[in-house]
Amino acid sequence: MAHAHKLEIFKGLVKFKSNTQKIWGVLILLTIVTAIEVVLGIYKPEPLMAHVLGMKALNWIFIILTLVKAYYITWDFMHMRDETKGLRRAVVWTAVFLILYLIFILLQEGGYVFRVYDEGFIKRDF
Amino acid sequence: MSTTVANTGTEVKTWGGGNEPLKASYGKMMMWFFIVSDALTFSAFLAAYGFSRFKFIDSWPIADEVFTHVPFLHGQEHPMIYVAFMTFVLIMSSVTMVLAVNAGHHLNKAKVTLYMFLTIIGGIIFVGSQAWEWATFIKGDFGAVQTKGGNILQFVDTDGNRVALRDFVVAGEGERVQHESKNGVWFVSEGTLPTYTMDEVMHGLENHDNILVRTQILDEHGHKTVLTRAESLKQLKANGTHVVEGANLHQNEYGAPLFADFFFFITGFHGFHVLSGVIINIIIFFNVVLGTYERRKNYEMVEKVGLYWHFVDLVWVFVFTFFYLV
Repeated sequence: MAHAHKLEIFKGLVKFKSNTQKIWGVLILLTIVTAIEVVLGIYKPEPLMAHVLGMKALNWIFIILTLVKAYYITWDFMHMRDETKGLRRAVVWTAVFLILYLIFILLQEGGYVFRVYDEGFIKRDF
Repeated sequence: MSTTVANTGTEVKTWGGGNEPLKASYGKMMMWFFIVSDALTFSAFLAAYGFSRFKFIDSWPIADEVFTHVPFLHGQEHPMIYVAFMTFVLIMSSVTMVLAVNAGHHLNKAKVTLYMFLTIIGGIIFVGSQAWEWATFIKGDFGAVQTKGGNILQFVDTDGNRVALRDFVVAGEGERVQHESKNGVWFVSEGTLPTYTMDEVMHGLENHDNILVRTQILDEHGHKTVLTRAESLKQLKANGTHVVEGANLHQNEYGAPLFADFFFFITGFHGFHVLSGVIINIIIFFNVVLGTYERRKNYEMVEKVGLYWHFVDLVWVFVFTFFYLV
């Protein structure tokens, strides 16, 4: 099983000498991202509390950082980087499409139900 | 691998069979298949959480106020710290797993054994931490009062700091004992009674001028609304029905009952995945030790359970964000 590993991340900006080195490199990256999330989560900087596209800027940052982490876990720990393009797309595109669809529908509906309670004539808050 | 593929004698033709366009073995393909479907299950849970949160967007509990506990640091509030530790443990065990897979590619049995062992230890630490987190969540801290409408009233002092029921309520002589089937109606039972009755809480609030009631409604700054002294007394007297301590599937002292339901369901389902991952890892670990893959000259089995283990880590990354951060 002499696998050929692709040893560069950030589009070739960082190159590693061996697969083991790449693993530690990715660990450092994931740790830094998690540390940023935790620090932001504890201090909640005031400028980031402004709303952008219907959600706090801070929450957008959390979601983007999560996707960054998910990318590196899938690509380097699960070796997606070394799989064929066909397998990669079959897995990632299917999941991403279905998940986005599901999230859109449920969040839309949740917001609608909230407005019904908020603006309608049903009183449930007592 | 090639011994498991039946040759049809038509390999030269594209549709003759024996073609592997994805260059992945059957087992790995099936693991990816399972991972995609499991990912959809988890995203359905998280999306349902999002639905409920959007439905109660103006009164959802603030995670930073709920998950503040760290083992051995009693009475101190450290939001995020413990769950960050858990995240790091899981990422670390993912790293040892991928190192085991890497050692497997080099047919290095000693290293695969060591890294598999460390992975299992990491998984056990994580499951243990989650059990502790559950226990703390179920036990509760401050206690609260539930209203007729199912809302939760919490107590704060004039500076806005949370006050526990035990700090201002005096428990009277318990004239009401817990009903058990052995000393009462045999087919009826009830859960543990709260430490305090409604009357005692009311009495405590009347006697402490510096205690105010805090409702679940979020103001425009994202803080919970604190009532004035007069409103506090009025609200508690008019609508309070019973004392809630800790959390279960019906009610919890942190706010919306759905919050605890989703906490139990999502972290429970994830914890169950970690547990089964640990068990599968242990099986594979013993196979490695016994030399099964050494004889096979192929450590792909380690790679397949590795995929599952990384997936569990991947799910946690999302649970971490949507339950604790956002």
